[in-house]
Amino acid sequence: MKMQFPLLLLLLLFSATADLSGTADLRETGLSIPASAPPLHLCPQSGAPRDLAPPGLASARSAAGEPEEAQNVGHHGGGFRVVQWEWTYVQTPYIIAMWLLVASVAKILFHFSQHFTTVVPESCMLILLGLVLGGVVLVANKKQLYQLDPALFFLFLLPTIVGDAGYFMSARLFFDNLGAILTYAVVGTLWNAFCCGFSLYAAKLLQVIDERVEADLMDFLLFGALISAVDPVAVLAVFEEVHVNDTLFIIVFGESLVNDAVTVVLYKVYISFVEVGVENVETADYFKGVASFFIVSIGGTLVGVVFAVILGFITRFTKKVRIIEPLFVFLLVYLAYLTAELFSLSAILSMTFCGIGANKYVEANISQKSRTTVKYTMKTLASIAETIIFIFLGISAVDKSKWAWDTGLVSCTLVFIFVFRAVGVIGQTWVLNRFRLIPLDKIDQVVMSYGGLRGAVAFALVVLLDGEQVKAKDYFVATTIVVVFFTVMFQGLTIKPLVKWLKVPRSSSRKPTINEEIHERAFDHILTAVEDIAGLQGYHHWRDKWEQFDKNYLSKLLLRKSVYRKSELWEAYQKINIRDAISVIDQGGNVLTSARLSLPSMASRASFPEFTNVTNYLRENGSGVCLDLQVIDNVPGAKVEEDTETHHVLAENLYKPRRRYQSHYSRHFMSLGEKERQDREVFQRNMKSRMETFKSTRYKRHKKERSLKKRQGPDTKEDRDKPRRNVSWQDTDQVFVSVESDEEKDEHSDAEKEEDVGITFVARKTETPKPRPKSVPPAVGDSHSPTAAPPSLTTGGSLLPWKGSVSSPPPCVSVEATKIIPVDLQQAWNQSISSLESVSSPPAHTEPVHPRVSALSRLGVPRPVSYSPPGSVGGCTSSIGSQVVQSSLCFPEKKKEEEMEEEQEKEEEAELQPLLAPPTSPTKPPPPPGSAPSSGKRRKPSVYLRSLVTTPSTGSNESHSRGPTQL
Amino acid sequence: MGSSRSRMDDIPHAQQLIHETDFSAAHLLRLHQRFKLLDKYQTGELRPRDFGAIPALALNPIGDRIIGAFFSPGQETLDFPSFVRILAHFRPTDPNRSRDGTQQELANSRTRKLKFAFQLYDQDGDGKISRAELLQVLRAMLETQVVEEQLQSIAERAIQEADLDKDDAISFDEFRRSLEKVNIDHKMSIRFLK
Repeated sequence: MKMQFPLLLLLLLFSATADLSGTADLRETGLSIPASAPPLHLCPQSGAPRDLAPPGLASARSAAGEPEEAQNVGHHGGGFRVVQWEWTYVQTPYIIAMWLLVASVAKILFHFSQHFTTVVPESCMLILLGLVLGGVVLVANKKQLYQLDPALFFLFLLPTIVGDAGYFMSARLFFDNLGAILTYAVVGTLWNAFCCGFSLYAAKLLQVIDERVEADLMDFLLFGALISAVDPVAVLAVFEEVHVNDTLFIIVFGESLVNDAVTVVLYKVYISFVEVGVENVETADYFKGVASFFIVSIGGTLVGVVFAVILGFITRFTKKVRIIEPLFVFLLVYLAYLTAELFSLSAILSMTFCGIGANKYVEANISQKSRTTVKYTMKTLASIAETIIFIFLGISAVDKSKWAWDTGLVSCTLVFIFVFRAVGVIGQTWVLNRFRLIPLDKIDQVVMSYGGLRGAVAFALVVLLDGEQVKAKDYFVATTIVVVFFTVMFQGLTIKPLVKWLKVPRSSSRKPTINEEIHERAFDHILTAVEDIAGLQGYHHWRDKWEQFDKNYLSKLLLRKSVYRKSELWEAYQKINIRDAISVIDQGGNVLTSARLSLPSMASRASFPEFTNVTNYLRENGSGVCLDLQVIDNVPGAKVEEDTETHHVLAENLYKPRRRYQSHYSRHFMSLGEKERQDREVFQRNMKSRMETFKSTRYKRHKKERSLKKRQGPDTKEDRDKPRRNVSWQDTDQVFVSVESDEEKDEHSDAEKEEDVGITFVARKTETPKPRPKSVPPAVGDSHSPTAAPPSLTTGGSLLPWKGSVSSPPPCVSVEATKIIPVDLQQAWNQSISSLESVSSPPAHTEPVHPRVSALSRLGVPRPVSYSPPGSVGGCTSSIGSQVVQSSLCFPEKKKEEEMEEEQEKEEEAELQPLLAPPTSPTKPPPPPGSAPSSGKRRKPSVYLRSLVTTPSTGSNESHSRGPTQL
Repeated sequence: MGSSRSRMDDIPHAQQLIHETDFSAAHLLRLHQRFKLLDKYQTGELRPRDFGAIPALALNPIGDRIIGAFFSPGQETLDFPSFVRILAHFRPTDPNRSRDGTQQELANSRTRKLKFAFQLYDQDGDGKISRAELLQVLRAMLETQVVEEQLQSIAERAIQEADLDKDDAISFDEFRRSLEKVNIDHKMSIRFLK
């Protein structure tokens, strides 16, 4: 940290002076400053990379009118300046960006030292930094230019923090403790405000506070009101690092959010009282004040709820515009804040309730990507807003013109707020504990008292005071700053040791297991039933009522139909599964990763000309994959051949094909990243293997369900069809998906089957003389026939992908990889393999997997016959013919079953499907010409598409390639 | 509530019940009132159909199981002391009482609470939650929301997760362990009004 500090200072100094001089110059001249202005020199010389931005920016803009290059900086033509200094033009955003940068860099530097940040809260450091910065600005300019502007704070900084907090607050936790939160927020804040106000007035009368502080009772009450509210920003900043248990946190934080209504009302009432003068206040005004409290709080809540409903409703229909889903969330939550502000209701309440209310529905409606986006954007904004707030608090403190120090006032205020907070908490807790199921014990009360932090809200409110009306404003400002600094820095610094010392139960970040999810749901039902039986209209009774209402009306209105059917428990199950899968990867470490997961990415990263590298990698790796590769190594031949061979082995045996390039760009959809697809893949495998275990016993049930599903109407259908359609039109590469994604969805039995026979395939292939790429005459004409040619085209492309198109994705994991699957997966795997033993699985028989095709194959008795003429097939050996016969006879039954399951999964995974890579597209055998008449109709679209895709690229390799791949 | 106000004298074994369950006299009175209200025919005993008359309970997905849990196996009726004893499971644990653990375990102890929940699953009373039993409960709780296949997966997963001795069922011990980290006292308690 010591190392970093001077660096940080240097950085800050530069940015501060850069801002400063720019602003100062601006004020003097009011015009654009020529290129020789000091900041420009300063910046590049400082050497920090970020400072390279200004010339670039300036030149970029001037380049619009003038074609000169940026290298001409500093060179002045006669009447025509090559580069202009456009400070006025960029000033505002530039300064803002600078500040954000300073704040962010400051954060980075703080976190360099692990030890340091565990002791000192970030907020403390930021305030200190602000003080330093403020000092720099003051020294450089003799006048403080920056301060926390209340408008900026209330309109931009605060909502980002509150929005984030509200949206991600656990609704269950919040409402479980609603009673306590409301009590502390309303009663507690009122108590603090009045007590502080009156006590300060008493202190003034007793002349503890200096006479210079010209304030009467109203002024003190006003000051008491703004200083007594616990601040959400400060509480969040400090408590986030403390990790107290959830209940304690939600009570303190909930209070800090909800007390906004009280603060707003008190503040406004007192302001109006001060304005008209105390003597003119009528009795009716007090009642108006009380009434306005209810209007402000309930009105704010209602606005929030209304916007929550709107938000939920809108996200129901964003299926086709996924990319702007997050925007809706931000906009509506922010609008909830602004609208409440517009009607001078409690904006914080409004935003909080909008967030809490909408969260459930929005999260269910929007896609996973959008969820992540919302999360990270909100967190980023909130974090930076918080940083800025604390830095500016520090800067604002260094401003002599606003300070008026009175030791009496400051010390009295500090003592009073602390004492009254403690007394208030203890008193209220005593009352609350008579009603609470889980009483708050003494330790909780200590933390709650101590955690009553004041912050930027108080500061912004005090700055907003009118100096004309409130004579003692400067004193109040100084006192507020001291109070804020004291609570945030001193209490923030000491609360951690305190919590440790008191052994306050900490929160655990543990995720619930599926058992806990199930049983806790059961407990809820049990408690509701018991309350009903005992005739108590208690909490659970009402919660159940609400859930019924939510289920019957709200969810129907606000949730997508497809989502509505999903149960939360199922979602939880899926989440747990994904988490498991990921942790399996993490723990499985090298074995799993190298053989099954990083390989695909390796292959996809390495361009195909470097294929030998991959081979080497595999060889060194010592994993199962190498078994196959050794076979290849023994094959003598030209380099091309080896490459071909390698490619084939990989193509046939590796687990899953991947697209190397996400070439497609769309503003409306985002393609999945490689990583994500892998996660999904693992998840799917997990699911599949589990399902596989049921397979043999539940055949009939599948059937029933399937027929059920068919009755489910257009809704599910839409789900199934949509994503696929999207994909196939977006990306030519992905046209395969329309055929293969079905396979993919199928139970892994098929994948296994292929992999299972993959070994045989490899072995045989080495024996079979390979057709050489060059020796094969081009058979382009063939490719245009939609029935027979397209599959071979695909395979043709796959033979030498580095020569042909990139459309055949590099496949991944070999059969042998199954050996290194983690234990539980392995079990399921074995089970399923044994269940498949009855079926003789022909090497290349992926096709029947497709439901439609499988239906055909049931019809297609002539298929083996028509298949048998080997003339149509390049390197086909006669043994294959018989195998095919066997298979096509066996398959239908089996396939039917698989088809059912496929349907199952297809529905569940509808959204995932198109994103998954098709499993073994290159291995697909050509559809037998004989069956073509029957199959032609149904297969045509996809076949046609495929031919469209592959025709240009395959060309000459077509016929020779058929042999190996088909095998 | 009922037209006739309960008095302590009306309640059979009042003192013993208070001692046994730690309910206050006020609680007991209130429960007695409720008992009489449920007991439409004034027989002094409740039958399952009396519970069935509670409208909210009919909506509860596992309501009939809970009703079943009130009746010890083979019995068709429930008298007031048993009624109170069952409800005593759901009293929040009193931190002061639990310290002097010498006396007999109270009904609201963690284990007893869990036992109560466990027997809701374990309908055949063999001390184990079989896969089928778990499925039944899941099906009841999730109703139409999920397809059978999903239920299967959830049940499968739950059993895999909890089943330590690999007998494909969850014994009470396994049940308790799977919920080790859950604050049962919070989740299985209700606040009895005074």
